[in-house]
Amino acid sequence: MADLAALRNLLRRLEEELVVCMRCGMCQAVCPVFARTGREADVARGKLALLDGLLQAMIADPEGVRDRLERCLLCGSCAANCPSGVNVLGIFLKARAILAGYLGLPPAKKAIFRRLLAHPRLLDRALEFASVFQKLLARPVNEIVGTSCSRIQAPLLAGRHFRPLAAVPFHRRCPSRETPPRGAGPRVAFFTGCLIDKIFPSVAEAALRVLDHHGAGIFLPAGQGCCGIPALSGGDLESFHRLVDLNLALFDPARFDALVTCCATCTSTLKKLWPALSGEKHLPRARALAEKTMDISQFLVRHLGVASGAGVGGRVVTVHDPCHLRKSLGVFLEPRELIAAAGGWTLREMEAPDDCCGMGGSFNLAHYDLSKAIGRLKRERIAATGCEVVATGCPACMLQISDMLSQAGDAIAVRHPVELYAASLPEEAGPPGSGRLLR
Amino acid sequence: MIPQTLIREFEARLGKEAVLAAEADRLTYAYDAAPLEPVLPGLVVRPTSGEALAAAVRLCGENGIPLTVRGAGTNLSGGTVPLPGGVVIVTNGLNRILELHEEDLYAVVEPGVVTARFAAAVQARGLFYPPDPGSQAVSTLGGNVAENAGGLRGLKYGVTRDYVMGLEFFDARGETIKTGSRTVKCATGYNLAGLLVGSEGTLGVFHRITLKLIPLPAAQQAMMAVFDRPEGASETVAAIIAARIVPATLEFMDNFTIRAIEDYSHAGLPVEAAAMLLIEVDGHPAQVAEDAARVEELCRRHGAKSLRVARDATERTKVWEARRSALSALAKLKPTLVLEDATVPRSRIPDMVRAIGEIAREYRLSIGTFGHAGDGNLHPTILTDKRDREEWGRVEQAIAAIFDRALDLGGTLSGEHGTGIAKACFLDRETTAATILYSQRIKKALDPGNILNPGKIIPAPA
Repeated sequence: MADLAALRNLLRRLEEELVVCMRCGMCQAVCPVFARTGREADVARGKLALLDGLLQAMIADPEGVRDRLERCLLCGSCAANCPSGVNVLGIFLKARAILAGYLGLPPAKKAIFRRLLAHPRLLDRALEFASVFQKLLARPVNEIVGTSCSRIQAPLLAGRHFRPLAAVPFHRRCPSRETPPRGAGPRVAFFTGCLIDKIFPSVAEAALRVLDHHGAGIFLPAGQGCCGIPALSGGDLESFHRLVDLNLALFDPARFDALVTCCATCTSTLKKLWPALSGEKHLPRARALAEKTMDISQFLVRHLGVASGAGVGGRVVTVHDPCHLRKSLGVFLEPRELIAAAGGWTLREMEAPDDCCGMGGSFNLAHYDLSKAIGRLKRERIAATGCEVVATGCPACMLQISDMLSQAGDAIAVRHPVELYAASLPEEAGPPGSGRLLR
Repeated sequence: MIPQTLIREFEARLGKEAVLAAEADRLTYAYDAAPLEPVLPGLVVRPTSGEALAAAVRLCGENGIPLTVRGAGTNLSGGTVPLPGGVVIVTNGLNRILELHEEDLYAVVEPGVVTARFAAAVQARGLFYPPDPGSQAVSTLGGNVAENAGGLRGLKYGVTRDYVMGLEFFDARGETIKTGSRTVKCATGYNLAGLLVGSEGTLGVFHRITLKLIPLPAAQQAMMAVFDRPEGASETVAAIIAARIVPATLEFMDNFTIRAIEDYSHAGLPVEAAAMLLIEVDGHPAQVAEDAARVEELCRRHGAKSLRVARDATERTKVWEARRSALSALAKLKPTLVLEDATVPRSRIPDMVRAIGEIAREYRLSIGTFGHAGDGNLHPTILTDKRDREEWGRVEQAIAAIFDRALDLGGTLSGEHGTGIAKACFLDRETTAATILYSQRIKKALDPGNILNPGKIIPAPA
């Protein structure tokens, strides 16, 4: 292990961003983790003070600082509410990378990021293999939510009700596509994302169906990788850069007018983190791509002219705002407009629809008790609306909300807004991936 | 260093979960919102019951360890910066509203209840708890009482002190002391609550607080007046008060602050205006209409070049959003922000505004001034970078100059942020040597071991 002075030198790069925090403590009002624990180390001000303390040599415990930095959902609630405009997420991600570089990645994380995540084909094969066995090991528990739980005592699953891996992932159903637009329609690149590909392929199918219906051209290259956020939040810059490079090579911004994803986290990562943290070499392309990247609901409503007018109906739906859509990108009207455009739904808002669901990616794996406590509050608010469906534009939120609803025995389905809209369309288009042009 | 055996003792009495001994955890309680150097405490405890709170105080007392009580750590005068190796007692685990009586107009709360949460619970019953310090979204009622916190409504509704009916607190030995009652009148025993409010944790540790509630006013009217001379605004403030009108809020913003807000939020504020007043009158609808008309008249007579009256709730929200974003807008300009709160009798507001302008020029500093002009409590806000030693020296001189000018005008060092450690050394400028000695004797009599947040408010006796 290098000496602490070397670590301080690395952290010095963050100094200009760290001094922006004036310790006013307003982040305590919005942090979902702090709301549960009341501990200062769990809120942004405390974490920023820890980094500052390490930098100023007030403490000499980098492991302690790393462990506390990891108790964070990276939901961005603090940044959205910060009077001084501290770049909280940027600081945390860079600090995690610096600390991981100094302390080394834990072996399990290193193996997953470097050997699996950073190699899309290997990851695909490993999970297809796993999906075969999951039938033996898991049993369905809630038909409406669509969850399963473990048949055996499995400490890793900790009683979770999980959405199982799809029997056939999206990249098998539709490996690649390149279809021209109808008339003057836009050319749209589709970035699938791991969770949509492997757990919610029906969301990607719905998105393509909608794009086809509205005459958009589709560019879906084969061999897409993860957006890199799991590696980045784990402090593994190397795997993150590898994935960014791999994806940038597939998506040439000159070939399309817009890039859409159905995953709030992927959208926010492509749009904000790729240009902020990719290497010099790829910066121009990352920036050009970020310019064109947007959420599927945003694209459909703002650029493809999907408009409401179908009329409300008797079925009650409520909307959960993913942190990476609302707080990171300011997108929250569009998913609601898309549902209104589907028709047949009455939107009944829950209390604080933009409160974090508690998922936070690896946070859920490392701190399931906390994650669950935050998720239960979300579940109570969803259930209180008396809805039949909860819609949200992020597959990670969909997983967490499914787990919480299912454990509570609720009969509430979890859907992506684009699924609701796709279901309202007439059965005119062929199956996605058929490449059939609509004329 | 706090010995391991004592840490075990805390764990045994408070529960393991309530004791934070790791260095990394302790570091996160080394500071508050004042721009002061952090001080690493020896131990942090977070009791979740009154018994545990008393036990924590008692253990500190028995072992002669200084303790600092902390709510949300939003203090602006360093009152919650701990002593080196001392114990921090965090109260946010004691956060229950114990009683809320609509008939008797009072509530009993634990010290860790968040101010805004309490105000909302009270308002849901059609009642009103007026003190609204700027940090109310996170600040705790215990902290508000310990600091005698103010807010935007001080002018008409007073400050935290005016709402404390009674207290139950622990003395330095962990014994329960009761003062005040649930009744409107109470002439029983010493008025210890009067002594404890604003005592910044130096005389006792709050366990339960009885707070007065009042009916919610039926109507409000907000307006925004723009002036092309700063004197126009400050003279209007004095004129409104002289005309026997007491608005619920009467806020001032100078040109520097207006421009900062406009750059930050593009709210359509007049950037060329020398100053603005944001005014709200409330009460019975007829009274509100009459007061609003008279205030409007006074603004125009003192040279308001434009006046915007909020016609509905949305416009009212817009007026107050502009005011609320003042601190954020200024905070974004420089890394360090020194928010002062020297206060003058309200008729001297024009003099104080002028004095701050002179001080900014003399010490070559950026000072944005906004604040509660209606109660004489301005917030000259110095924008700086603490790492710039040379400039920081000038900042310290400017702070002293602001204090001196406020005192010359018959004012006080602090309207609502407290004395803490930041202002303790200035106390002799406002009071007398005998006053400090008197305070030291009270402290010594009530806390002979000097364990209750020592060094705050009064300089340690020689």
